[in-house]
Order: sequence, then structure tokens, then C-alpha cells
Amino acid sequence: MLDSRQLQALLGALGRLARAPLATMFTLLVIGLALALPGALGLLVRNAEAVSGGIGRAVDMTVYLKNGVPLSRAQQLATAARSEPGVASVTVISAGEGLRQFRKYSGFGAALAALKSNPLPNVLRVVPRPRASGPLALEALRRTFAAWPEVDMVQLDTQWVMRFEAIVALVRRLVLLAAVLLGAGVLAVVGNTIRLEILNRSDEIEVTKLVGGSNAFVRRPFVYTGALYGLGGALLAWLILEGAVLALSGPAARLAELYGSGFVLQGLGGRELALLLGGGMALGWLGAWISAFRHLRSFEPRA
Amino acid sequence: MIRLERVSKRYPNGREALTNVSFFVDRGELLFITGRSGAGKSTLLKVIALLERPTRGTVTINGRNIGALGARHIPAFRRQLGMVFQDHKLLADRPVFDNVALPLVVAATPFKDIDKRVRAALDQVGLLGKERMLPLELSVGEQQRVGIARAVVGKPPLIVADEPTGNLDPDLALEVMRLFRRFSEVGVTVLVATHDVHIVREFGSREIVLTNGELTGGSADPLPSLVASR
Repeated sequence: MLDSRQLQALLGALGRLARAPLATMFTLLVIGLALALPGALGLLVRNAEAVSGGIGRAVDMTVYLKNGVPLSRAQQLATAARSEPGVASVTVISAGEGLRQFRKYSGFGAALAALKSNPLPNVLRVVPRPRASGPLALEALRRTFAAWPEVDMVQLDTQWVMRFEAIVALVRRLVLLAAVLLGAGVLAVVGNTIRLEILNRSDEIEVTKLVGGSNAFVRRPFVYTGALYGLGGALLAWLILEGAVLALSGPAARLAELYGSGFVLQGLGGRELALLLGGGMALGWLGAWISAFRHLRSFEPRA
Repeated sequence: MIRLERVSKRYPNGREALTNVSFFVDRGELLFITGRSGAGKSTLLKVIALLERPTRGTVTINGRNIGALGARHIPAFRRQLGMVFQDHKLLADRPVFDNVALPLVVAATPFKDIDKRVRAALDQVGLLGKERMLPLELSVGEQQRVGIARAVVGKPPLIVADEPTGNLDPDLALEVMRLFRRFSEVGVTVLVATHDVHIVREFGSREIVLTNGELTGGSADPLPSLVASR
């Protein structure tokens, strides 16, 4: 792992950061915010996918049978439908049952009472399996049922599922873009901070090089400082994201409850956290390395 | 030990600091380089210490042409060389011990050896017991001796000193020069650039004189009498 000199450089870097807490805090805050933004977008995508995973239940398919297809035939069709791949369950809603529900929920009770006969057909409510809830699979299932002679029409709002998925894909791309741009921002912030640090300590660098310190030796404390900035900023970003999730989870739970969904707002998982911390540290390390490499060259002898 | 052959150095601004300088220094010699300010003394030492590269000519140290050393090998080369500066270049925010220990730290010397060797170096310059003091708490003469302790702590075969007595009164200057002579007596080659001709006379060591970047006086080769007397 670390030999004694590397450990010394690491402790030195830590001590230096601790001795200027305010400046360190501001740098960490900038890095933390820069990392938190793509992190927040990532969480948005993650939760959107969790929601759309639950949509599988919402995209029930309503198969309207033709008027005049009797209930007994409807029961047979339901049995046939259950044996279709990708179908989880099928419920028969008889015309009478349908009318009762409509009367109850629509608020047109009085108007409906005026009807002489029930205009509603028998209906099959088909719930697809979660695996078959993708837009393509749903569309295939819709075609299957629509081809049956007893079926009048199949109602399935795949359009909005597709739109939703397209939006999620767009946001996912946005996450990538934000991560790249803000990652470059972190590089620049760390690089500039390290540049100032190098200028501040140019005496020390000069003397160290005069007594035979290699570039790697001189660079090490700066690179470690950069890595610590990156790691600290990533930890701060994590706190920001957890705080945001905590603040939003109450309202989100209430909203989910109103929709009758058991959806729970998710925070960062172990893998995302590792990616955030590792990525932050790597960016800090790289930014410091580039800056140190560029600026330490000016201490070389000229031809 | 050190051989310069027709060494010239022209700075990027066009000023020619050294012109065709050739001389030879034996092992264990104490050589004074004298001349007025701006005569090229500092440039000469910088070229030997690889702080500057000569425009023309070759510098050979211990049989090795240092002009052929790549940037990667310069740190290792500098660890074989002790440098003393007029402004001593001490780190003001570090205690004496840390300043002297720096060459050992960069050379990855084990920690238990560092303590022993730093004390030995401070003992040689008469500053034992001041390890924990900051450079600014010391007198100018003491600061210069800390710089010398740092130059010798790595036991280099060559010491290069640029105006080491420039800020010192005559007594202190003499004391510092005696230190250098003592090092040369144990086989260390010492090059001292100075404009203090009185001290040079008093020491009777070999001297080379630079004027406007050219060797104009002294002897370019070791004095037979001095070499023979050792």
C-alpha cells in the first residue's frame, strides 16, 4: 500500500487542509455541488425507473368484446387469454358489473338510470406480466387480442408509456452530459486550487528540488491534496443528496399514497455511492496531477 | 573530479555569462572562484550543479559528462552534491531539524538514520541543541551554518557554495570558510564563489578569477604543491 514517505505526504496534505478550514470548506463546497448535480439527476432517473417499473401494473389492457358476445363466451375467451404468454391474470367484467361500477364512480347515476338497456359490452381486463410490460411486448399482446373475432377493440395507452420511457432516456443522457461537464468543472477547480497552492509554496518546491527531490516526490503532496479535495467533495455531495432525499421522501410518500402506490423514494445505492466517491477522488487526483505536472516543469534547468 | 572544457553559457536574453571556461578540480580540493559581481561566478556554479545547462562545452564530474544527464536523472545527481547559497534558502516555517533533514527525506533515508545524521551534521557546524528552533530565531551566521549542515548531511563528495559569506561579518565569514576547509580535508571537493579576496588570500587555497565570463587569473589546474602536501 503506502510506504512511509507516501503516508507522510498524505498526512502532510491532510494537515495542510485542516490548517485552512475555511478555504478548504469553500473548495469542498464547490466540488460537492458540482458532483451533487449529476448525482441528483442520476437519482431522478433511478426513481423514474422505479416508478415506471410499477407502471407494469398500471398498463392493464382493456379488451372490449363485441356487443352480443355472451358472458359464457367471455369466460371461455378469458381462459384462452390466460394461456397467452406474457399474461399475468385476466378478469372478466360483465356488462352488468361494468354498469354498476360506472354508475358508482362516474357520478352519472341518475342519467344512467334512464337507460332502458345496458349499452356496455362484456370486458376482459388483462394484466400483463412485468416482463412483458415493455412497449413492444404490450403492443404485440394488443395485436393478438385485437385479431380475435369476438373482440371489438383493445384499449392500451402504450403511447404515454413510450413517451415516458423516451423522457427517461433523455434525462439519462442529460445525466451523462452533466457528469462530463461538471466533472471537467471539478478538474478545473482542483487544478486551479493546486496551482495557487504550488505558487504559495514555490520556495519549498525550489529548495526540495535543489536538494535532489524528484518530480514524483515534489508532486506527491499536491496530488494527495487533490485526491482529498475530490473525496471530500464527493462525501459532501453524498450528504447533499441524502439530505435532499430525506426532505423529499415525505411529500413523495404522500403522492404515492394518493396514487395507491407503494413507491418509496430511493437514495444512492452502494454501487452509486462507490462510483460517486471513487469518481470524485479520481477527478481530484487527475486535476491536481495535471496542474502539478504543468507548473512543476518551470522549476527545471533551462538549456 | 571536475573538469570543464570550453564551457560557454548564453542566457535566452542574449547575455553571455561564461565564455570558453576550462579548468580542472582535484578530489578534496578547496577552490575559490573570485571575480566581481556579474562576472559569471554564480552561472559557473549553476552549470556545475545542473541548475543551468551550458550552451557549449562539456562539464565532467567523476568521469561523467553531466550534459548527457536527462531530466529524470537530475534529482539523483543533485543528491550527490551539497549546495550552499548566499541567502541560504532555508524554509522559514520549518524548524532547523526539518530543514537539515530535507535532503535525507527526499533520498528516502530510513527515519531512524535521519535523526542520527541530522544531529551529526548540526554538531559539525556547532549548532547541536538548536534543532527545534525556527531559522528566523537564529542569527544570520547560524542560519548560514544550518544551510551548510543541510549541504553536508547527505555526505556528498562535492559541495558548491555561492557567496556563502556575503551577508556575514569578517569573523563569521572566516569561521564559515574554516568549516569548508575542514570538509575538504576529509576528501570532499569544495567550490566556493566569493568576491571576498581578503579571505581567499588568508586561506592560501587555489583560486580562479572570472572577468566578464572569462577565466582571467588564478590557475586552471591544481597547484602541484598543494596536491603534493596532502
